[in-house]
Amino acid sequence: MSPLDQVVARIGAAIPGARVQILPNDSPSGQHSLLVDHEHAVAVAKFLRDDPDLQLDHLANVTGVDWLDATVKEKAKVRKVINGAEKEVEETLERKKPGFLEAVYHLYSIARNHGPVILRLRTGNRIDQVRVPSLTPIWRGAEFQEREIYDLYGIVFDGHPDLRRILMWDEFQDHPMRKDYVEPDDYEYEPTAHDKVLEKAKKHHTAADRPQL
Amino acid sequence: MSIDEGLRSELSRQGIFTTTLEGLYNWGRRNSVWPLNFGLACCAIEMIAASMARFDLARFGAEVFRPSPRQADLMIVAGTVTKKMAPMVVRLYNQMPEPKYVIAMGACAISGGPFKQGYNVLKGIDRYIPVDVHIPGCPPRPEALLHAFMTLQRKIDAQKLSGSDRARHFDAQAPSEFPIPQYGQHDLEPPRNEAVWRPPAMRRGE
Repeated sequence: MSPLDQVVARIGAAIPGARVQILPNDSPSGQHSLLVDHEHAVAVAKFLRDDPDLQLDHLANVTGVDWLDATVKEKAKVRKVINGAEKEVEETLERKKPGFLEAVYHLYSIARNHGPVILRLRTGNRIDQVRVPSLTPIWRGAEFQEREIYDLYGIVFDGHPDLRRILMWDEFQDHPMRKDYVEPDDYEYEPTAHDKVLEKAKKHHTAADRPQL
Repeated sequence: MSIDEGLRSELSRQGIFTTTLEGLYNWGRRNSVWPLNFGLACCAIEMIAASMARFDLARFGAEVFRPSPRQADLMIVAGTVTKKMAPMVVRLYNQMPEPKYVIAMGACAISGGPFKQGYNVLKGIDRYIPVDVHIPGCPPRPEALLHAFMTLQRKIDAQKLSGSDRARHFDAQAPSEFPIPQYGQHDLEPPRNEAVWRPPAMRRGE
């Protein structure tokens, strides 16, 4: 398979206007991924599946990622006038990085025996702009996994044929895999509680439970 | 009420068999406990193994796994009870006729097991229905299920037909059906049946 930047170039040639960006991965695996824009995601996916050089016919895995709002600290050199003399001073700048949800697709080619190519779709934020296009029309295997991501992360997949909860019941309102999920408090009986479980169980302890000192 | 043991053995030596109605009734019941044919997770595999030739649950008169709760006496809760599954388990229990018994098999069914601190698994089926025998293990061996069976048989043998400590199915006031939990927005509602289960008192530092 041609390198990822060539894949991006060919996507750009085949689908005018598609905004595909390489997200580098610094880890030893070096599995760089492609961030695809919402408008052209289905067209890009169709190209990756049908292109004779790529033939990414096997969607191995779809998963979700929850990125919380974060503050990124960056050190930058700034020129400042101190005591009448201009000096170069190092300053720490704090930049707010808004959170978002992400759907990650791992693609392989059975026909050409290569892969993975990793696609990422990102939502606008974690609250009200949580829609991304569904790739189920391209790879039917995404159907249940997109339902699971909808259930556990709350990403809404536009164009999904049957978007319902798959693990939790329909009346359930939370998304348990989100990092700010608060689980139900049923820690009233923990015989061997420790660490975080002990902290939660302690709220249920009465005065009689506590050791008499 | 009870006949003298010496007289009983003397009579039986002469070919006269004596018993009590209670003894005969319980003897018949404990040797024909028909379990409900359902399993929830890997413990069910051990339950199936216990019912097959090698471990042979049929020796205890319990080989007839019934596919309908209307014909079953015993519910073996074999496996993880997720919160999504819990209302169905309670409904199946309610559909069984009295007298009925419950064996909670394995770490998940008795306490939630390795999923105890998860959001989606019930921390023991005894929060909603009365359990007669708990079996620990992950999963318990078929021998453990056989031991639970024998424990249940001893329990049935000791049940009284009359008196204030009579068996539950002779008590018109005792409940035979238990409230089915509803699917709530964040958890099952109610999270436990207070009439059946209360958190045990914890004595710390003793």
